Amino acid sequence: MKILALDSSGLVASVAVVENDNLIAEYTINHKKTHSQTLVPMLDEVRNMTELDMESIDAIAVAAGPGSFTGLRIGSATAKGLGLALQKPIIAVPTVEALAYNLYGTDRIICPLMDARRNQVYTGLYEFKREQQNASYEMKHLLEQCAVDIHEIADKINELEREVFFLGDGVAVFSGILSEIIKVPYSFAPACCNRQRAACVAALGEKMFEEGRVQNAAEHAPDYLRLSQAERERAEAEKKA
Amino acid sequence: MKMDRTEDVYILAIESSCDETAAAVVKNGREVLSNVISSQIALHTLYGGVVPELASRKHIEKINQVIEEALQEAGVTLQDITAIAVTYGPGLVGALLVGVSAAKAISFATNKPLIGVHHIEGHISANYIENKELEPPFACLVVSGGHTHLVVVKDYGEYEILGKTRDDAAGEAFDKVARAIGLGYPGGPKIDQISKEGNPDAIHFPRAKVEDAVYDFSFSGLKSAVLNYLNSCEMRGIEVNRADVAASFQKAVIDVLVEHALAAVKEYGFHKFAIAGGVASNSGLREAFEKECAKRNIEFYHPSPIFCTDNAAMIGVAGYYEYLKGTRSGYDLNAIPNLKLGER
Repeated sequence: MKILALDSSGLVASVAVVENDNLIAEYTINHKKTHSQTLVPMLDEVRNMTELDMESIDAIAVAAGPGSFTGLRIGSATAKGLGLALQKPIIAVPTVEALAYNLYGTDRIICPLMDARRNQVYTGLYEFKREQQNASYEMKHLLEQCAVDIHEIADKINELEREVFFLGDGVAVFSGILSEIIKVPYSFAPACCNRQRAACVAALGEKMFEEGRVQNAAEHAPDYLRLSQAERERAEAEKKA
Repeated sequence: MKMDRTEDVYILAIESSCDETAAAVVKNGREVLSNVISSQIALHTLYGGVVPELASRKHIEKINQVIEEALQEAGVTLQDITAIAVTYGPGLVGALLVGVSAAKAISFATNKPLIGVHHIEGHISANYIENKELEPPFACLVVSGGHTHLVVVKDYGEYEILGKTRDDAAGEAFDKVARAIGLGYPGGPKIDQISKEGNPDAIHFPRAKVEDAVYDFSFSGLKSAVLNYLNSCEMRGIEVNRADVAASFQKAVIDVLVEHALAAVKEYGFHKFAIAGGVASNSGLREAFEKECAKRNIEFYHPSPIFCTDNAAMIGVAGYYEYLKGTRSGYDLNAIPNLKLGER
């Protein structure tokens, strides 16, 4: 099985091809250029370097949210265009889960943090478990991905009374606050595994594909986890009235 | 331009610059095989205008469906397509990015050439669809919710801007006045409709001129004059005749558009004049131009309403002529919200 994966949910743009547990290519950029300028050229580079026959791809996995609204749409629209042209399904991989998958196998709790502005983070809590010795680990969620205030996720972590790993672009934004409010032992993941990576999207995507969790390219849309500002304000106005 | 070709050229065109998700297939630049438009008007009406984030969200939900429908209606498959054209500006950046990203991915996956098209170039090119004999050079007035441009079309894809609005676009003024007199969104068609029952000479609103730029437009003063009129009526307890206000406002806009446009046509010695853009389907504007052009022996061209509104067929037409010129866009094509006409 061959999965093409894309992640443009945050500051990072990342493209990967995974075939039967083998990472064939991964290209990640964390630079000021917009995803619109980088994502398809990166895809082109990966195709050229690996002599990839696009028709051989079984499905397109995409980090489908949460994240930057525009970034998510660049990834999803690219995935949808590929899906339409190649007649292949889309696997909508939850962004925060893919981010957490960077720390596969750890016995600590994993807490990805993506800056969601207004003092909020896109986050979740995850741990790795396995049924028997020498089996693969499965990632389980203690808290599904969500948009919450940084203090709210800190309270949840403190309640668990277990050591925690933080990663994601929210770490740089909130490390000061975290040092004041986190009561359990914690540490930050290093550069090799602290940002979105399309290889993680592909690896999780492969599992989801096997479970039949795929979408038709036409029906796919990002899961923003948040209403637009206009919808929020309208709902609030209606509540008042 | 050399027009000889040995094979038919099929352009798949995609447009998502504002609140319509659209795709079309155009054969040899003039024959529209399909023109699919998914309008978001109902959604934005709830908010009294286009909400950019909601527009972008809707685009991504609809984009594939619209493209697939366009191919199906045209009776072609992606394999039959020669090149993919997409609007990359001007417009709402988040909205544009949906069409641009999808177009790039399709171009990449099929190895078909990609052509970024200017939205206004599309509007102007809409005139070629139903007027097979129309060829440059001619003068064109582009009037829509976002644009008011008086343009010389020197050749396919070659433009000179003679004048543009200094503040509000004509269509924007329609929307704002429509809101002020309680007609709602979108304002253009509603004002056009109610104006038919009103007296266009009931209230005299100003016809603004821009100092030292005879072909430029200004509509914010007119909009303010209408608001002031409504205010003063309210203060004095006078009931407003909405049809008269709409008709008088519309006449003021039309007078300025006609005067400037035909002055340019005369100055540059054109015998052909076209209008384009959403406001080009305004019946009052069409009638005025028809009458004035006939008086001056000028051929007057205008697209049907379906090609005046934002659509992808017009992008396919413009894309075709860009294709013939050898214009190709790279996979790094980006959405450019304030793209200038004639720039790449």
